[in-house]
Amino acid sequence: MAQAHVGKTAAKLVVVAVGMFAFAVYVMPPLYYVFCDILGIDGRGALVAVERKDSVVDESRVIRVTFMATNNREMPWEFRPNDAILEVHPGQVVNTSFFARNTTDEAMISRAIPSFVPSSSAEYFHKVECFCFENQPLAPGESVDMGLQFYLDPDLPKNVTNITASYTIFDITETVSQQKLSQR
Amino acid sequence: MLRRAKLLFHQLLGFAILLGLTGHQAIANEAERWGVNMTRGVTPVSQEIYGLHMLIFIICVAISVVVFAALAYTMYAHRKSKHPQASQFHEHLGLEIFWTAVPFLILVAMAIPATRSLIHLYDTDTDVDMDVVITGYQWKWQYEYLGRNVSFFSNLHEDSNAARQLGSGIDPRTVPNYLLEVDRPLVLPINKKIRFLVTANDVIHSWWVPDLGVKRDAIPGFVRESWAKIEEPGVYRGVCAELCGRDHGFMPFVVKAVEEEEFDQWIAEQQAFAAEMRELAGQTFSFEDLYSQGQSVYNRSCASCHGPNGEGVPGAFPAIRGSAVATGTIEEHLDVVVNGVPGTAMQAFGAQLTPVETAAVVTFQRNAFGNDMGDQVQPVDVLQFEQ
Amino acid sequence: MAHGPAKGIGRWLFTTNHKDIGTLYLWFSMAMFLLGGAFAMIIRAELFQPGLQIVDPEFFNQMTTMHGLVMVFGAIMPAFVGLANWMIPMMIGAPDMALPRMNNWSFWILPFAFLMLASTMFMEGGGPNFGWTFYAPLSTTYAPPSVTFFIFAIHIMGASSIMGSINIIATVLNLRAPGMTLTKMPLFVWTWLITAYLLVSVMPVLAGAVTMMLMDIHFGTSFFDAAGGGDPVLFQHVFWFFGHPEVYIIILPGFGVVSQVIPAFSRKPLFGYSSMVYATASIAFLSFIVWAHHMFTVGMPIAGELYFMYATMLIAVPTGVKVFNWITTMWRGSLTFETPMLFAIAFVVLFVMGGFTGLMLGIASADIQYHDSYFVVAHFHYTMVAGAIFSLTAGIYYWLPKWTGNMYNEMLGKTQFWIAFVGFNLAFFPQHFVGLAGMQRRVPDYAVQFADFNMLSSIGAFMFGMAQLLLLFNVISTIVGGKKADKDKVWDGAEGLEWTVPSPAPYHTFSTPPQVK
Repeated sequence: MAQAHVGKTAAKLVVVAVGMFAFAVYVMPPLYYVFCDILGIDGRGALVAVERKDSVVDESRVIRVTFMATNNREMPWEFRPNDAILEVHPGQVVNTSFFARNTTDEAMISRAIPSFVPSSSAEYFHKVECFCFENQPLAPGESVDMGLQFYLDPDLPKNVTNITASYTIFDITETVSQQKLSQR
Repeated sequence: MLRRAKLLFHQLLGFAILLGLTGHQAIANEAERWGVNMTRGVTPVSQEIYGLHMLIFIICVAISVVVFAALAYTMYAHRKSKHPQASQFHEHLGLEIFWTAVPFLILVAMAIPATRSLIHLYDTDTDVDMDVVITGYQWKWQYEYLGRNVSFFSNLHEDSNAARQLGSGIDPRTVPNYLLEVDRPLVLPINKKIRFLVTANDVIHSWWVPDLGVKRDAIPGFVRESWAKIEEPGVYRGVCAELCGRDHGFMPFVVKAVEEEEFDQWIAEQQAFAAEMRELAGQTFSFEDLYSQGQSVYNRSCASCHGPNGEGVPGAFPAIRGSAVATGTIEEHLDVVVNGVPGTAMQAFGAQLTPVETAAVVTFQRNAFGNDMGDQVQPVDVLQFEQ
Repeated sequence: MAHGPAKGIGRWLFTTNHKDIGTLYLWFSMAMFLLGGAFAMIIRAELFQPGLQIVDPEFFNQMTTMHGLVMVFGAIMPAFVGLANWMIPMMIGAPDMALPRMNNWSFWILPFAFLMLASTMFMEGGGPNFGWTFYAPLSTTYAPPSVTFFIFAIHIMGASSIMGSINIIATVLNLRAPGMTLTKMPLFVWTWLITAYLLVSVMPVLAGAVTMMLMDIHFGTSFFDAAGGGDPVLFQHVFWFFGHPEVYIIILPGFGVVSQVIPAFSRKPLFGYSSMVYATASIAFLSFIVWAHHMFTVGMPIAGELYFMYATMLIAVPTGVKVFNWITTMWRGSLTFETPMLFAIAFVVLFVMGGFTGLMLGIASADIQYHDSYFVVAHFHYTMVAGAIFSLTAGIYYWLPKWTGNMYNEMLGKTQFWIAFVGFNLAFFPQHFVGLAGMQRRVPDYAVQFADFNMLSSIGAFMFGMAQLLLLFNVISTIVGGKKADKDKVWDGAEGLEWTVPSPAPYHTFSTPPQVK
């Protein structure tokens, strides 16, 4: 009689173990990003460009937006913001750009990943046009100004007066070529 | 070794005697000399953290004294020889409620100042005077004064670097500020609210200066922020606080806090220096100059992986001695140094070294360790290559 | 009908007997304890004085990593599983574990896991060098090639732990003797039941974390790689979601052992039995909701920091209840101080200190200064060495006469205790100081102002290491030539079913269930 109970208990526990594994791999990562969006934990902001809803410009507030450019690891490109610091009214549509130049003698592809501080400001930083998360190929010696058009949400919390938008470029040449190979 | 141990014993003895004989001031001084406590630091945040730390420490000590006194008493008074008949009580609801509730109240009392200081620590927004971008690399730091066109790398000082090699034979005690000295310190003005924007180039690092009350992880692909308002001029040292690979213990930082005028002057010098560097790049250097400067660049930037004698680390880092790159074409050699090698630990040094330094280190590598290529690279060649 | 053990090596390879498997676990963990200890000795020898004298920084990183992995997964966890195998059936009046064949499996895959882990050190590029917490991307993009074998080793250890825990839960829930209600179970059984639930819930999460690493390394996913839209901080969240319950997995069975030993040598019942059970359960529950206190410096939003700080502080309440209960158990008892009791009292003292530094570390803003400094190293050695190793040693001495039928050498046991106690404090107490003064973790070399304390620390560590050799010697000499234990109930104050069977415990016990009143 006890043996039947043992089997039942063990089966239940196996289900728990398998469930927790699935939880770790399939639930935790998406859940983490949901929390990130709510709390702005990683400060990456929405991945999609948004259309501007209204045209109210709050002239009474000036937000200092600083731009940072970082090269990841052995990424050799020249990469910098064309404007280091901009003073912006919430609601005002601003155009700026980042300069990138392939200094090597090989064609390369990069991808820029954005990050914001304070992280909670990410959701108020509306990108109308952005190069983030896009593959940017450059021929040897070629350069490009990568455009960024954005506006700050007038609902930006009152205590925020400084925002930093940071972009890190990664070399994804190999990843992309591997993907192409596997698609073939 | 024996002498050292003996000295240690005497120090300990001295410490014990001091404890016994003199007042608490002497103990405090002695504690200071040994470095037994957290620094008070020189920023409002670090002082707040220090106060909080001491408050909680004292509460913990007070509770421990009560707990340990009870334990010691029962061990003494209720030992079998003295107390042969054990009483058999094993429940008391009142007591249980008491020692659940009281610690809870103490915790609430601790949480109030803790919350207050955390809110202060997180205030990276109001009245920021300047921004400094800090980027962690394996195994050095880059500082950039945002909007001022000043940016440089900071490495472990070469004296420390020489002494810290395995079996170097150099006594670390003879090296000033062993492992806590860099070639170029981060210079900051006092009484200004400085915001640090921290990120990393490769793996996670952590920028920790105890005196500033700042520790912030540097995460590749993400930016994090922290701040400090330094109230006293001085030199403040710190270390990387997140395991980041082989030389995690050898990438310190030094913050030099100065008066505002001195800082402005320093910034101007840096800008002039950068201009001078650009000018130098047009000049032609003798082989000897290139070789000797190349050697110091090599020791600073290359030796930690490729070894002080160019022997590398088998399986991890290739040797320079007799390597196909260092004995191949100049073009290819420059490509590896300037652009790095994707998918390996070889970084792109193009942005980290000036053209003069690049020319010098390439010349050095082609002629040192028995590579004897006999050729040389001028800064102009580097500039041409980078075009 | 009852038959003895099979002859020769086959007895150990194919055994399904809980006592044999318990013995295997205990010897295996002793071997791992000595291996992990040897790694620790290399670490402390290098840190004996400033400068690099013995090992390369690369190898040093492998030492700190392997020391952590071997001690946590190879020494402490299997040792407690060994105790559970030996004692749980005897404490609840069961004839054996519920799933004896799986029991054999869960032990025998373990040596292969550690063989694989240890072999990575001889591979091209060396073994794991990214710390036992293996944060991405240091452990993914930047890891040595042997990381794949490390991942498989972790998978196997995880499977072993999960099977072991399922077995323990199934045994405790189904095989208790008539009358042995849940509220009559000895506290050691209670703490293990709760621990086993923790293990079943979080070991799969660890398996998930290393699986995601494997995918990132070999199959082009980007869970933890910012370039592909992932986040290295996500790794830390997943890891510590496992890692925080893990530290309670290590300590809770230790609480159980101490809750058996203290009443026995106080000759008095455990004070506040039900509050002990509730406290254990609340600690286990809290362990699931405090993980990010290991990550106060990654730059979470302030709301997150505050939440994790408050939740962490709460753990002090049930932990305090336990400590007060142990001391009150001793109060007005009739105390004697044999070796198990000495280790148990030292456990209480040192664990209180480790608990207080834990509370300090839980204060988020102060943690800015403590995080990843030697203060943390001191803290977790006070909880894990003084917590797990001291309670294990207490348990081994307490039950050794029951296992072997022989008394250990009391004099040698006490000698070991004092060397271990002094050595431990000499090794780890100064680490609080160097940590507060600014020395960071996981470094092979340090600034000269930390030299004196580090030398003391190394001397203490060598002492502590030597004390463990005395333990090994004492255990072996008890088995081969100890004085016969003259009573079934070796300790006059001990209570419980395990003391009703003869010493040494016969190969099969409680084939007919005892009646518990």
